[in-house]
Order: sequence, then structure tokens, then C-alpha cells
Amino acid sequence: MSVFGPVVKIHPVVLASICDSYERRNEGASRVIGTLLGTIDKHSIEVTNCFSVPHNESEDEVAVDMEFAKNMYELHKRVSPTEVIIGWYATGFDITEHSVLIHEYYSREATNPIHLTADTALQSGKMNIRAYVRLAHLSVLCLKNSEGISECQYVFYSAQMGVPGKTVGVMFTPLSVKYIYYDTERIGVDLLQRTRMTPGRTKGLTSDLSQVAGSASRVQDMLTTVLAYIEDVLSGKVTADNSVGRFLMDLVNKVPTISAEDFENMLNSNINDLLMVTYLSNLTQAQIALNEKLVLL
Amino acid sequence: MASTAGTLDSPVKQIQIEGMVVLKIIKHYQEEGQGSEVVQGVLLGLVVEDRLEITNCFPFPQHTEDDADFDEVQYQMEMMRSLRHVNIDHLHVGWYQSTYYGSFVSRALLDSQFSYQHAIEESVVLIYDPIKTGQGSLSLKAYRLTPKLMEICKEKDFTPEGLKKANIGFEHMFEEVPIVIRNSHLINVLMWELEDKSTVADKHELLNLSSSNHLEKSLQLLMDRVDDMSQDIVKFNTYSRNLSKQQQQKHQYLQRRQQENAQRQSRGEPQLPEEDINKMFKPPQPPPRMDTLLIAGQVNNYCQNVKEFTSQNLGKLFMAEALQGHN
Repeated sequence: MSVFGPVVKIHPVVLASICDSYERRNEGASRVIGTLLGTIDKHSIEVTNCFSVPHNESEDEVAVDMEFAKNMYELHKRVSPTEVIIGWYATGFDITEHSVLIHEYYSREATNPIHLTADTALQSGKMNIRAYVRLAHLSVLCLKNSEGISECQYVFYSAQMGVPGKTVGVMFTPLSVKYIYYDTERIGVDLLQRTRMTPGRTKGLTSDLSQVAGSASRVQDMLTTVLAYIEDVLSGKVTADNSVGRFLMDLVNKVPTISAEDFENMLNSNINDLLMVTYLSNLTQAQIALNEKLVLL
Repeated sequence: MASTAGTLDSPVKQIQIEGMVVLKIIKHYQEEGQGSEVVQGVLLGLVVEDRLEITNCFPFPQHTEDDADFDEVQYQMEMMRSLRHVNIDHLHVGWYQSTYYGSFVSRALLDSQFSYQHAIEESVVLIYDPIKTGQGSLSLKAYRLTPKLMEICKEKDFTPEGLKKANIGFEHMFEEVPIVIRNSHLINVLMWELEDKSTVADKHELLNLSSSNHLEKSLQLLMDRVDDMSQDIVKFNTYSRNLSKQQQQKHQYLQRRQQENAQRQSRGEPQLPEEDINKMFKPPQPPPRMDTLLIAGQVNNYCQNVKEFTSQNLGKLFMAEALQGHN
């Protein structure tokens, strides 16, 4: 299926907010909706923030508190003036008729808004996150059968065709979704990933050498995987892949070849710098502690 | 500068933060904090037994206009009211601030935290260090004022005598509370999905060997602070010298008075009236010691950060040596 329209880039903070507002929904509400804020580029739409909007949904009608939405947007604008309303989100798997109405509301706020769905009820076993944009109005040719119930038979592009279409329909076209991170965000998300492993879903923040050790062990794991693959190729279990081989060559060549003496010198000078700084800071700390004691005599 | 919360009897022994709050703080700094000093925001949550749970947060706009004060209170009220509609905890439990290379021990922070802690006993200030985070590991610390410091701030007695009475050193100003990150099941599912769909990080910042830039900056800041401190010490020394000189002068004056009175008595003349010495010898103004405390605390903080950084880098250098040895 060819990709239509701009790429949607989402920051993880938006998804976390959506999940959180779903968890806090009112009794009886089956889904939550809210506004998406972000920036629009020529080829991509970047979603950086969101807030949930209270709404009531029943069989035949839907009511959205637009006053609230406008208010919140004003408040958010004061903090980050570059963010604009670019669309809205809803939890749940499918697009319902109410979605169309809500999409109408949002078309008044932003040009060509996008609609994001996040399947928080995990209907398909995974959390599907999809983004849609509304195509131009389509005319639906309705044919009535004998009972007088209309059936949609054909779907056309509208306007110039001048087809005496009975109802105007709206088609949502899926867009491709990518997740992007700032560098610091990536590091934050890595830490959050680790809460998956512990039973209480908690994780403390480590410090000092234990972090370096953790990072080193991760690199070690990766190297073990690569080694296992090489073993397999050598013993003939797996056919060699040239591109992988080229990557491996790059990897081995990345370790620079420096003469042992030069490396010794570099290492020693660096270590000396660091030790000197440590000594100085310890000295400063002792100094201020002494000063403290003397003053309080 | 920080003593562990286990030894002190404080109402909050641990902080539990939702993953989403962490992401929000990171994003706020990333988008609005480049170049300017600090970004701030409010933390929302609730207190459960001896844990402080932080479940949401919202950022503050920058202080660009003159009517910053009025804006702030109104902004906060509106935000909280709106958040209540969507079932988000609207109880204030503290505030967060970003920092530049660890320099956050200032008068402003102390005042803000004091007013918060005075109103809400369990409140904390979260310090987010973006530069340290950029180097590979999330740096988020939570601080509260010790009860001793709260007492002093209440009295507003910052003279040397006052501080001596309270016996407070720069190590007892703030206490650090351990942080734990907690994610609900749904967020965990989200994490799995994200890991699936995103590319593997190709930058392992934590194993970066270059250190001189960061060290330079930190040492520069440390030197500035130490300069401030030495100035402060000089001021204090002049004050104590002036004080002792004045004591001497008073003593001499009294002695002369007594002598003269004795003489006059012997001559039978009326005695000179006892003048109020205090009005004649006005005691010099004692310098406020609070700034010294703060500077000492800040210097201590810098030293701690530098030491942590150097120990990490030493580890990395030894690893590089091992790697080279196999070549």
C-alpha cells in the first residue's frame, strides 16, 4: 500500500500521556479523547504534546467540551508558543461515526487535522497506534434496495464529478507513524524500559561505576550475539551474508591501531588529569569543612 | 551536602515517580530550556504512607514579562482546575527545576523550597541535570530542607550567633530522598511496542571517552564559587576584627570614665553622668551567614559531581586499555 501524505513522528511522552489519561477515565466511559499539539513541516508532522479533553459519548450523540480544550490550549501556548493544534487522539480500535463528528470540530481549529488512535484495550493483543488524515470529501453513491435501506455501493472522489451523491462520506487514510526521540529522551526511555523486568514494576536510579558496568555488560551481550553468529557461519550452519561481513570488517577496523607506547602515554596523561582533579575536589571539600568548624567555634 | 533520609526522621522516605513525569520533564527542558537558565514546573501527586507518589506535572512559562507574579498564580490555578476535570491528581507536592552543571544551591531555591515545605510538609524539589543526562544516565535528584534549616528560615535569624546555636553545617542543609520509577502495566505494554518499532540506539553516550570539556566547565564553576567564598570569608574576618577592636575601645572608655569619676570624687565635684555606651559605640553589622552556607553547599555539590565524573571516566579508561591490550 503506498504511503499517502506526510509522515507522523510521535514522541513517547505523547503516548505515555494517552495511556495515563485512559487509566484515569471516568466510570462508564469506554474511551478518552484529547487534543494533539505539535509542529507541522513540509513532509512530516511532529507530535510533541497532548492533553485530554472531557467528553460524553452515548449511542446517538457525542458532546465534547470545546471550551475546556480552548482554555487548555491557551495555557499550553504560554509555555511553548511554537506548538499548534495539529489534530486529536482517541483510544480504542476502530473509527466510529462519532469520530467523524469530533473530526469536524477539530477541522475548525486546525487545517487538515490528523487523527491518532491508540488501542489501549489491547483488542488485537498489541497496542496498535495508527494515525489517519481525512481525504477530501467523497461522495457516496447510495442505492436503495426494496426495503428502503440505503447501501453504499460505490465510493468516488467528489466535487468535479457532480454525481448526485446522497450523503457525503469521509474516508480516513492511514499515515505512516514513526517514533522519534531527542537524545535525552532516548536515555530516559531506556531507563523506563528496564521497569519491565522487575516484578514491582519499579526501578531505582543507579549512580557511579555501576552505570558504566551496566553499559559495558550490554555491549558485551551484543558482542556475544555477534560471536555466536560468526561461529555458526564458520561451522556452516548459517550461510554467510556479505553485507553482514562488511559490517563486521568495519567493526574490527574501528579499534584504532596505535603503537603501544603512544597509547600508554595517552592513557597515563588522561589518568593523571582525572586523579589530579579528584585530589583537588577532595581538598576543597576538606577545606570548606574545616572552615565551617572554625567559624562555629 | 545531603544526608541520607534514613537517618533523619522525615515524613517522606522515598519518592515514586511515574515514567510519564520523567518524560515530560525531559521534554520541557529540551524544548524550552536551551540557552536560558532554568526551566521550572510543578509536581502533582499524593502521599501514601511514607512514600511520595508523583503522578503528573506541568511546566511553568518563562519569566519574560514584567507581570510574572500575577501570571503565575493565575496560570497555576487555571491549570489545576482544568486537570481536575480529567481526573488528574491536583494536589501540589513539589516543584522541579533544571540545573546547569549542578549549580542550583541558591537563595532563590532555598526560599521557594521553604515556602513550599512550609505550606505542604512533604514537598520536594526535583533537580534535573540535562547535561549529565546527555552523557548517558538520567540524572534526577530529589531534595528537601532538613528540619533544622526550616527552623532557621522561620526565625530569619541569619547572624553567626543564630547559626551557631542551631549547629548547622553545609552538610545538613538538604537531605536527598531516594527516587524510584514506577510504570503501570499499560505503560509497560507501550514500552514493548516502542522497543519493537524503534531503531536501536546507535549512540552509547555513557561509554564516551572524551572528558576534558565537561571537566573544564565544572572546574571553572568551582573556581568561581571558591572565589566567592574567599571574599565572604574576608568580609567575616574584617567584621570579627572590627568587633574585637570595638570591644577594646568600649573597655578603654569605661576605664577612663571610672578613673575620671574617681578623680572627681576625690575632688568633691559632681560625677559625670553615665552615658549610654551603646549609642556611642554602635556595634558593626554582623554579616549574614546564610550566603556562606549556601556557597559552601554549592562548592560541596560541585566537588561531588566532579568526583563522580572522574571515577566513571577512570573506569572507562581502564576498559579502553583492556580493549587495546588485545589488539
